Amino acid sequence: MNIHEFQAKDVFRRFGIPVLKGGVAHTPEEAQAVADGLETPVVVVKSQIHAGGRGKGRFKEHGPEGIGGVVVVKDKSTAGAVAKQMLGSTLVTKQTGPSGQQVRKVFVESGCAIKSEFYAAVTLDRATRTPTLMVSPEGGMDIEEVAEKTPDKIFTAGADPDQSRLFDHEARRMASKLGLTGKSLKQCSALLVKLVDCFYATDASMVEINPLVVTADGDILALDAKMNFDDNGLPRHPEIAALDDPHEQTREEHEAHEHDLSYISLSGNIGCMVNGAGLAMATMDMIKHAGGTPANFLDVGGNATQERITAAFKIIVSDPEVKAILVNIFGGILLCDLLAEGVVAAARTLELKVPLVVRMEGTNVERGRKILEESGLPIVFAPGLAVAAEKVVAAAGGAK
Amino acid sequence: MSILIDSKTRLLLQGAGRAGTFHAERSAAYCDTNLVGAVHPGKGGTTILDKVPVFDTVAEAMEKVEPTASMIFVPALGAADAIIEAVAAEVPLAACITEGIPALDMVRVNAYMQGKSTRLVGPNCPGLITPGQIKMGIMPGYIHKPGKIGIVSRSGTLTYEAVWQVTSAGLGQSTCVGIGGDPIVGTSFVDALSLFGEDPETVAVIMIGEIGGSGEEEAAAYLKASNYDKPVVSFIAGQTAPPGKRMGHAGAIIAGGKGTAAAKMDALRDAGVAVAQKPSDLASTLLRVLDERGIKAN
Repeated sequence: MNIHEFQAKDVFRRFGIPVLKGGVAHTPEEAQAVADGLETPVVVVKSQIHAGGRGKGRFKEHGPEGIGGVVVVKDKSTAGAVAKQMLGSTLVTKQTGPSGQQVRKVFVESGCAIKSEFYAAVTLDRATRTPTLMVSPEGGMDIEEVAEKTPDKIFTAGADPDQSRLFDHEARRMASKLGLTGKSLKQCSALLVKLVDCFYATDASMVEINPLVVTADGDILALDAKMNFDDNGLPRHPEIAALDDPHEQTREEHEAHEHDLSYISLSGNIGCMVNGAGLAMATMDMIKHAGGTPANFLDVGGNATQERITAAFKIIVSDPEVKAILVNIFGGILLCDLLAEGVVAAARTLELKVPLVVRMEGTNVERGRKILEESGLPIVFAPGLAVAAEKVVAAAGGAK
Repeated sequence: MSILIDSKTRLLLQGAGRAGTFHAERSAAYCDTNLVGAVHPGKGGTTILDKVPVFDTVAEAMEKVEPTASMIFVPALGAADAIIEAVAAEVPLAACITEGIPALDMVRVNAYMQGKSTRLVGPNCPGLITPGQIKMGIMPGYIHKPGKIGIVSRSGTLTYEAVWQVTSAGLGQSTCVGIGGDPIVGTSFVDALSLFGEDPETVAVIMIGEIGGSGEEEAAAYLKASNYDKPVVSFIAGQTAPPGKRMGHAGAIIAGGKGTAAAKMDALRDAGVAVAQKPSDLASTLLRVLDERGIKAN
């Protein structure tokens, strides 16, 4: 799960990671009020969407010459006017894709004089199986580009897995790699230790500060904040789970989330319902090879109930692009007869209008097939993966 | 022969809830599977499936029924502790079926396991099966057939797909190992390939990977460096997955251009692996490779 910058900064404050004063606003008037309440003459108005690259991004409504997603407002009496241009408009960044993301909130923050910019992040290093701090003197840049072009400018330190923290001396070593000295070195290493604490304490999957800045006074602070969380850890962090913003997902993704289904919207016209992530991906691959395009990734999981299967079906058919549906089930922990009952119930209540191709194997498969056959529904059965893909592509109007 | 489990394995169930008991019953009904006990805190002294004794702790189960392998069905937030309990009691093999364990819990489990004797398979995996002998997991038994093809996979249901194709082609499996779809798992592709390499009964291996992580690339490097002499056939799921989207498995995400299906397929081909383009071509690719190398597998 992702959260917004203003939410991540609230989490940072709880862990003593220094951030600037600011407030979130949903209307131009609120934005102006926040700006008026800040002590600095200059304020920054920042669009709040989950995607990165906001500063360089541009709004669909204002064109390439218009404002970006982050604006430094020198005369803060115009902060409301700037917010008005952002709110309700669609921001397109490198990470949003061409369709962009509508801005519904802005964060209005104090301005500050910056001496230098760095990069800091914590993520799980799968190779060392340890949460790892990564810093770079190339702040404000696209870190993936830095990693590719100048990998010698990225420094890493693993947290100690037994103590679940970053050792102070490791934090000082990292701060020193950034070229910091004196007060800045001390403040920076303290911040880095807290950043790793914050990662552990919230079951984060990624915490990123880009840029981490040294102010003109030599103070260190997080000018930006990005946090992603491990969905598996959310049940023990209700305060984090409550930060979820449904507007940042498609309606279908949000609906799927409510029913504990793993769903991702894609651009094609063949709806897929599969059990197991690997088989779901392989099914998408098969559809592509057969000349079709999947409308979604959907893993109903191992402990699907009839209610969840019905919900999954509803989500698939609510996508107007879907011209045919492929159900591919290899029952292990999921029982084929239970799945079949769910499919029949869903097809009946939804008065299914698009062709349905079913491929089914595994636990209780005979009973499952029988339920589908006796349902009287116009279901096309397929004996294997290849045939199933061919049949569903044909049913959706043929290969493109 | 087989790897990790066979008809002599003494199987323990950890987590005798609804799902655990259901699958333990199916395991016990499969061929020579010997379910010697179950662990469920608070239910010690009772039995499941009429006669299988339940213990409160793994340590007590070790003392009384001497299991050699444990399959873990404990719910996600308690599963890491269940794994550590099995490791502390020195059960030689633990397969954790549980899905949804927080990644940081597995960081701690991994750190705890250093230098310990237990081998962990999973978590978030279907378990293991040595067809005709023992089933230690949630896979449907009937799709398997005793034979000489080793199968290792990060995905559950996609493993069944591969197994079913091999069985339908008239061949069988030596052992099938689901290593799990999480970022941190106990047994890697390299571990499984190495075990299959040493198993005289296994003549070829099917390895099913997916996007994300670097386990497949590490496997490719291992195959190359060790001059692996058994043929390996592979498929990588997620060729059409968009970057930045987590495809169900916590481990299946293309991040920063790393972990793409294309990169993994290239690395494997470079190591001499026959990579099937489509998941439906796994068995035909296997048959072709066996034929080319003059290997009899039935």
